[in-house]
Amino acid sequence: MAVSIVVRVILYLLLGPVIGGLLEGIDRIISARMQGRQGPPLFQPFYDVYKLMHKQTIVVNSIQVLFITAYLIFTIFTGALFFGGGDMLLVFFSLSMSEVMLVLSAYSVNGPYSAMGAQRELLQMMCYEPMMLLLAIGFYVAQGSFMVNDLIGADRPAVIALPGMLIGFAFVLIIKLRKSPFDLSTSHHAHQEMVKGLTTDISGRDMGLVELAEWYDATLMMGIVGMFFVTREPVSYLFAILACSVVFFLITLIDNTHPRVKAMRMFGLAWGVILVCAGTNLLILNLIGK
Amino acid sequence: MKLSKSPWILHYDGSSCNGCDIEVLATMMPHFDVERFGVINTGNPKHADILLLTGGINSQTAPVVRQLYKQMPDPKVVMACGICACDGGIFKECYNVLGGADQVVPVDIYVPGCAVRPEALIEGVKKAVAILDEKQQEMKIAMKQGYCTVDYGRLAVHTTEDDYNSEESSPEAAQEQTQTAETPGTTEGGDAE
Amino acid sequence: MHNLISIYETSGFLIIFPFIAALLIFLQRKDNILRRATVIASGFAIMAASVYTAILVLLGGGQTLYKPASEEVMSLVEQTILFGEAFLLIVVIILSFRHRKYYCALIGILGTCPIMAMELSGVVPEHATYLRLDPLAAVMYLIAGVVGPLICMYAVGYMSDYHHHHTNVQDRSNVFLALLFIFLGGMFGLITSDDLVWVFFFWEITSVCSFLLIGYTRTKEAIGNSFRALWMNLLGGVGFSAGILALFYLDPRQIMSLSELMKQTDRAPVIMLAVTLFAFASLTKSAQFPFSRWLLGAMVAPTPSSALLHSATMVKIGVYMLIRLSPMFTDTFTGVMITVVGGFTFFAASLLAISQSDGKKVLAYSTISNLGLITACAGTGTTEGVWAAVMLMLFHAVSKSLLFQTVGDIENIMGSRDIEDMHGLVIKLPRLALIMMIGICGMFMAPFGMLVSKWAALKAFVDSSSVWLVIFLVFGSGSTLFYWAKWLGKICTVIHQSVNLDDSTHGSELISMVPLTGLIVVMCFAFPWMSNAMVQPVLNETFNMNVPNVIGGADVIIMMIMVTMIFLVPLGSRFLSVGAKDKMTMSYVAGVNAGDDRHYIDSFGKSRSLYLANWYMEDYFGEKRLLVPSIMISAVLVILMVIIVIGGAF
Repeated sequence: MAVSIVVRVILYLLLGPVIGGLLEGIDRIISARMQGRQGPPLFQPFYDVYKLMHKQTIVVNSIQVLFITAYLIFTIFTGALFFGGGDMLLVFFSLSMSEVMLVLSAYSVNGPYSAMGAQRELLQMMCYEPMMLLLAIGFYVAQGSFMVNDLIGADRPAVIALPGMLIGFAFVLIIKLRKSPFDLSTSHHAHQEMVKGLTTDISGRDMGLVELAEWYDATLMMGIVGMFFVTREPVSYLFAILACSVVFFLITLIDNTHPRVKAMRMFGLAWGVILVCAGTNLLILNLIGK
Repeated sequence: MKLSKSPWILHYDGSSCNGCDIEVLATMMPHFDVERFGVINTGNPKHADILLLTGGINSQTAPVVRQLYKQMPDPKVVMACGICACDGGIFKECYNVLGGADQVVPVDIYVPGCAVRPEALIEGVKKAVAILDEKQQEMKIAMKQGYCTVDYGRLAVHTTEDDYNSEESSPEAAQEQTQTAETPGTTEGGDAE
Repeated sequence: MHNLISIYETSGFLIIFPFIAALLIFLQRKDNILRRATVIASGFAIMAASVYTAILVLLGGGQTLYKPASEEVMSLVEQTILFGEAFLLIVVIILSFRHRKYYCALIGILGTCPIMAMELSGVVPEHATYLRLDPLAAVMYLIAGVVGPLICMYAVGYMSDYHHHHTNVQDRSNVFLALLFIFLGGMFGLITSDDLVWVFFFWEITSVCSFLLIGYTRTKEAIGNSFRALWMNLLGGVGFSAGILALFYLDPRQIMSLSELMKQTDRAPVIMLAVTLFAFASLTKSAQFPFSRWLLGAMVAPTPSSALLHSATMVKIGVYMLIRLSPMFTDTFTGVMITVVGGFTFFAASLLAISQSDGKKVLAYSTISNLGLITACAGTGTTEGVWAAVMLMLFHAVSKSLLFQTVGDIENIMGSRDIEDMHGLVIKLPRLALIMMIGICGMFMAPFGMLVSKWAALKAFVDSSSVWLVIFLVFGSGSTLFYWAKWLGKICTVIHQSVNLDDSTHGSELISMVPLTGLIVVMCFAFPWMSNAMVQPVLNETFNMNVPNVIGGADVIIMMIMVTMIFLVPLGSRFLSVGAKDKMTMSYVAGVNAGDDRHYIDSFGKSRSLYLANWYMEDYFGEKRLLVPSIMISAVLVILMVIIVIGGAF
């Protein structure tokens, strides 16, 4: 058991950024094809991060570096906790802590664009935070444990009991991964009214670290999507990967077809969807359970 | 792997007639699809590798260009796009125009044209990334010696008001800015957007 | 047990000594060394005695009941209480008439007179226990006895600063300090009492004390707010006395003590009526919706009283009572309603906190919100719920009192307690900013205690399958994160070329703030131990059985790793000098930065100042929009609860 945990954590540490980077590369190619162009090479995200790592780093203050390092470390820790089979609630708590670190780094800068990005990022966090906690609770009610280790040994896939949760989670994933229409705080698309928002004043190595953390994060998020399908049967992992691809494709599709919404509209939509899909799901689950 | 695989661009309009700007944006659009080469229009100097200038520089935009240039991390390349950015073009004799981009920042690539053609721009970027790689090598050596680049000496120095305003900008403007900056107004509370 | 001093003596000392100290302080009108020394010495005496007692009780385990040995002592105490009740009533009546708030007098009479009549009738049966020292009381001793005196010591320096800045307020700081000590005395009395009439007496002491503290400045606003606090708390007192009367007249067993009440597992309708009425009283004390407005109004008072009311004493009485009663809530209608009111309060108050920019107001809403969570936990009546409630109570007391003290200090130094004015505090007042950051992190960040407890609370709610509560909690955590993080961000902002303000924090204020900061950090690491040594005994005793450890195993280890990381990252990056070679520039202001990052050059070449405020979203979460509906909804819930239970009893 202990050995398998260590192996899984090491695999995550090594493969996490690779998967995350590839996902971003695929995302950029799919987006390009949807816009009728060829798009960058698959490994473009890796070239970008390599370049960022080898550029000079410009900072606004020394605290900024500290927060960004903390952001990266806590994001990796969160992922390791998840893939190591830890407590789902703890995973989400530590996830929100890492996000707060990124927000603080933007706050510390005192630049208008960073500050605006930070505010918006906080609002985005407020939008998806309830879903994350509800998800952990949903797994607990459906499968009887908060521990990822127990959840992957389930008899039947969790999605049977938690279809509403999956819809809700896929929805907040758009917010979490900062995709249009909810890319308020910072965007992958160029030329925004708030420049780069959250990451405006982060450059060089620091920016590379942020990208790296986002890759780890993307891997973690896909892992959570996979959790809906994983059972003790090895074949279920195939379904999980398939489901991840579908969810990821849908997010990319929405990213390319929907213009950005206003902040409060996002807030209303997110809480509405969470309450209707995940809340109702939990309520029904609870009634059946009784 | 080389830096040239991912050149991110910052586009700044000095005082152009917007002809070149339209061409620059056209180049970024799907038809030419420069993202094939990893080019991204960032709009943020702190992320950019290539500063793409259009239009001649006048006394109002000169400090801005200089500031943007200083906020870009090394190694960095400046491209003057269009004849106005190269040497002032038809606006050269105007009372407020300082001349081409090289009047305020060191320009590495000159891309002529009125307006500059997208094909020429792509060619220019290709040249620019080659210079980027060269500068990367220079920076490596410079870092080993404890310096950053040839452009500005010491590391971790606060860039202050003087750095932005001292050099070639018109003396009147510089004086006025110094005066107003010395008496900072009261902070105005405002909404985020 | 052969101890040097018995716990009865120390607890007696703790109840009586604060009153003596209050008298001594009251007599010293001038702010001089002697008075300061009196306050600090009394504070340390109280702290030492309460810690000593608590440790002995926790080590001894189990419940110790106590009845005064001789008849004479007994009758003396009874007479004192009778006299005290009459005195409190007279104070209330006189002040109400003076300020023409006749309804307060009426409510006071309604609450106290029947109880006095009952006592004077002489038919109250003798019962076995009047005082009780059990683990829960010990935990409360630690909260009131450590945090409370620290606040009193803080008040010494604060009040002299306060009157330095507020020359229009008459200097009655001797009264203020004396009231703080009386409050502590009342608090210890309430915790230790088992006899319901005694509890009621101390209950009223705290109500009247808080009223006097809030009205300290005697401005129109202060008087208005203090009377609001008075009538709401007296209303709670009426509920409490109605509960006692119900037990006395409607039930043949004539139960007159809390420990007796807890033994009634048959849950007869009359017992449940009394429990519900006590719970109602607790809701007013811990400022749950619809009774929250008194706590918000309490902000007008000088900061130490806010800190005391919010963290260690007043509001904790309510939740203490609910935790005591929690076994009676398991699977009952009252329990469900208390949980729903608490959960709703948690959610609504955390949304309201978003729209506030006044630091103290944010703290007030966060107090209400957190107490809502504690109330909800206690209302579930499960072991995990009570575990979470006790933990939350401990962490909240420490973090909140620290935050109030810091805000008070910042107000004294900068002349404002608005969060927007704390922009760049980390540069202006580094020491206070660090203390404040730790306090804020303690309130919401992951490895710190509050979140650990929230985690247990979630588990408790899920296990008691209260879905609505889970939903309140998850949405409430979202908004809690928002309002704390944006405050934290404002503090962390680094402004270049900014001036270091003169940090004129008094020594006596640091005596209080530094230990509290240390305590938060220590508690982060010590929470598994706290769980074993302090909270488990409470559970065992409250539920009368051996409760399996609520938290344990791998989770504790992971949390420890997280806590270690959060302290190691700053240290590590300091030593490894990460980013030392980075180039520094100003933040990006579209290339028109005017030298520092607070000014830009506009299109006319003029320098203009630039500032980005936090989001408060008044239109969505403002008091104008949310406060009245929240009060309405919760009022309906509370009235529904009381009516249905009364209907069931008759």
